[in-house]
Amino acid sequence: MKLVVPFLTILVFASVPLWLRDPYLLNALITTGIFIIGAMSLNLLLGFTGQLSLGHIAFFGIGAYVSALTSLGFDVGLPGGVHIVHDPWPPIAGFALAILIAGLCGYFVGRLSFRVRGAYFVIVTISFAEVVRLVALNWVELTQGPLALTNIPSISIGLPAVGSLVLRTKLQNYYLVLVVAVAAYVLIARLVHSHFGRAMRGLMENETLAISVGIDVTKTLTLAAVISAAIAGAAGSLYAHYIRIIDPEVFAFINTVTMVIMVISGGKGSLAGPIVGGVIFGLMPVFLRPIMAPEAQWIAYGGVLIAILFVLPRGIVPSLAQRLAQRSSKAGVAEPVVFPERSAKEPA
Amino acid sequence: MLVLGGTYALLGIGLTLIFGIMNVVNFTHGVLYTFGAYVMFMVVQHLGVNFFLALPLAVVAGWLLGAVIELALLRPLRGSDIDTTMLVMIGAWIAMQSGALWIWGGVAKSIATPFPEAPLVLGPVSVSWLRLFVLAAAALLIVITYLLINRTRLGCAMRATFQDQDTASLMGVNVDLIYTSTFAIGSSLAAAAGALLGPVYVVFPQMGDLAAVKAFAIVILGGLGNITGAVVGGFVLALAEELGAGYVSSGYRDAMGFLIIIAVLIFKPTGLFARAERVG
Repeated sequence: MKLVVPFLTILVFASVPLWLRDPYLLNALITTGIFIIGAMSLNLLLGFTGQLSLGHIAFFGIGAYVSALTSLGFDVGLPGGVHIVHDPWPPIAGFALAILIAGLCGYFVGRLSFRVRGAYFVIVTISFAEVVRLVALNWVELTQGPLALTNIPSISIGLPAVGSLVLRTKLQNYYLVLVVAVAAYVLIARLVHSHFGRAMRGLMENETLAISVGIDVTKTLTLAAVISAAIAGAAGSLYAHYIRIIDPEVFAFINTVTMVIMVISGGKGSLAGPIVGGVIFGLMPVFLRPIMAPEAQWIAYGGVLIAILFVLPRGIVPSLAQRLAQRSSKAGVAEPVVFPERSAKEPA
Repeated sequence: MLVLGGTYALLGIGLTLIFGIMNVVNFTHGVLYTFGAYVMFMVVQHLGVNFFLALPLAVVAGWLLGAVIELALLRPLRGSDIDTTMLVMIGAWIAMQSGALWIWGGVAKSIATPFPEAPLVLGPVSVSWLRLFVLAAAALLIVITYLLINRTRLGCAMRATFQDQDTASLMGVNVDLIYTSTFAIGSSLAAAAGALLGPVYVVFPQMGDLAAVKAFAIVILGGLGNITGAVVGGFVLALAEELGAGYVSSGYRDAMGFLIIIAVLIFKPTGLFARAERVG
């Protein structure tokens, strides 16, 4: 029973291009899928360690820029007369490097900022994202600044039988995003149910108690940040190679907020939460577009965020699961559904 | 630099009061800054009211909007954790900023001022009259806030709530009222900063975003809930920005605030002036 739902979900998503012929909707689904991967990585931090990163788009954007620059090549002069020339590599190498470098950034941010918690951590991550955005905007020699990096090649995969396959069409990209999303989901699910996942949740629920039983706080939190950042970097790389143009606007704070909304509305700390929230909020603009002015869309966006926090503070998936659990326990089938509740242990 | 410092200090004081007393990370602070500037714009350009009269109007409008936000969004959430209120504030910020964009459009507006174009020349230094006025007004508001906090009954109750909410409540302080007034006062200071800087630069819907993050930098620099710290922090940030723009690159001017935040949190997470026990 437990395995049926995920497989059914994958099947439904995999069948979408078979009956959906509208390229605009397919495009919306691809970008939504990419953001859902980002939201899943954010959920690993927010839902399972309780740390709210409001600079998550930095890792996404770093992934996008690293991947784009690796596959485009660059020629940069550094102070001191050093000149770095990089020839274009295949995009798949960019994808791997994006994961690696975003993860590395996650390590540094984690090391620096996990001395502080709560509101401070939030502000550190915002600052980090803003500094990265300013660098992308001002280091014109490397990033083209506001002129954007253009003509980013599509990802190509070398297959033994067919030779090299360039994933250029929407259909191919849709399945690429789906595969990466499933891989990210499986990775996060395995992590959460491992020893490491229990350590993370232990920390979230009671830090002092977790330390007393020998959990290394900084190590656990930093590792969570590294994995989370690496997955966000992978999503950013997919984004760069699908959209094929990257400018510093990718670091806009609203993109982080979009991911946060996906996680919170779906349910932080639930594996399916970001997917449910992501599908709702990723596709909401598509359906609102014909009936509302763009500004009104954002007003509705903010309004819905507030409404969800007032009505369903724990998110859609945990609330539904709780209801289901109550019903099945009434019917005599005891299936424990445990969702970690964020404890209110904020510093004053 | 002094002009910027004064308005930054106003922003910082407003935020540090709200953060310190209510433990709310106020993401609407930047929107209130924008709001103050737009009220100034509407009143001066459309209604033709005198510039000096428009300023108090903007402050009152910010006070009212702040009180409304507190009553509508924060009061029902009293007691929920800091993340929830923060996300609600983010939602309010998105909605209000888009509202500003909808009402006033994305085109930057400028506000006419009654000051002469020619600067005041004092030996080697030349200062524009407008900037001098802005500095004086900011200084006046800082002094008024200081007196309000330290010399009045309301300020005394606010300080008591900051130290220990439960005990203050036992001593007969109406904590709900204190929260609403704190938020309203903080908001009016943000609106005042916007109304003062609006005429110096231009007014546009996103002007509050950077202002808000800078206000966070100032608050962290000065220490939570520390008004003197916020004033010093405001001037330090303005100085760092000018030096950064002058010696590094003007493109990185706005990065200074963030670098300060990161540096302070690494080396002295309690802020430059706070007592250690206030930080958890």
